[in-house]
Amino acid sequence: MKVRIFVTLKDGVLDPQGKAIHHALESLDFSGVNDVRAGKLIELDVDPSVSREEIDRMCDKLLANTVIENYEIELPEMTSGTVS
Amino acid sequence: MRSAVIVFPGSNCDRDMAVALETVTGQKPHMVWHGDSELPSGLDVIAIPGGFSYGDYLRSGAMASRSNIIKPVMDAAQRGVRILGVCNGFQILTEMGLLPGALMRNSNIHFVCKDAELDVVNTDTIFTSGYLENTPILTPVAHHDGNFFADTYTLDRLENEDRVVFRYRSEINGSSRNIAGIINEAGNVLGMMPHPERAIDKKHGGTDGLPLFESLLG
Repeated sequence: MKVRIFVTLKDGVLDPQGKAIHHALESLDFSGVNDVRAGKLIELDVDPSVSREEIDRMCDKLLANTVIENYEIELPEMTSGTVS
Repeated sequence: MRSAVIVFPGSNCDRDMAVALETVTGQKPHMVWHGDSELPSGLDVIAIPGGFSYGDYLRSGAMASRSNIIKPVMDAAQRGVRILGVCNGFQILTEMGLLPGALMRNSNIHFVCKDAELDVVNTDTIFTSGYLENTPILTPVAHHDGNFFADTYTLDRLENEDRVVFRYRSEINGSSRNIAGIINEAGNVLGMMPHPERAIDKKHGGTDGLPLFESLLG
């Protein structure tokens, strides 16, 4: 099954990449963009036997640095109906 | 004095570090590959060098800090072995959890490569006892992810416990409170973004890194 993990910087953590993207959008004359935050999307293809707790552990141990990042796990609707 | 340098795929300051250690100790350090699961016995110093381990994939230092050799390095840290992490080595130490905070992309996004003036904020550590108080030093910096971040509580704690060891004299990468290097609570693990191993010979343009190795290796 395909699991999607969104890794984003915590609120209050400066995001230089997001700022650069914001600046680039403005220089392309797009207006009305108030802020940009850039993150990562990590897609895992895992066996159905892999539990949600196991995926949490993967995030805590490697995929996100919880000093500066938050993560959200998106499981396929059909399997669990859970989207955190 | 027995020392080791940990080598990861993508390390590029491992040889500079080895030369610095050998210059001061007169003995060649052990070069230890990241895939090994044990360290040579009787080490006094372990250096984690600069570079771009694993191409900085995922986050700088993230993959390296999960490699085989890390468990024995953690055990050595617990036993009080002196551990010096420079640049990517500092990033790896924070990813290992041996030092607090994180090294993020430089606030102006640019790779910074120049000599930086540092204050040696604490000369009362096993790494810095050879430096004079109130005497700035000049060391090369070369990094993209040197922007030290920690929450206010952690920053206050680091300062109150005299664990900020080096500070940039002027802002270069957005680091909280201009922090360039910190030490752990026990005082045996130092992480710093500037490169003391690139300032140990007059031909380098300066020798301000030498006292660090002399202090460390005593």
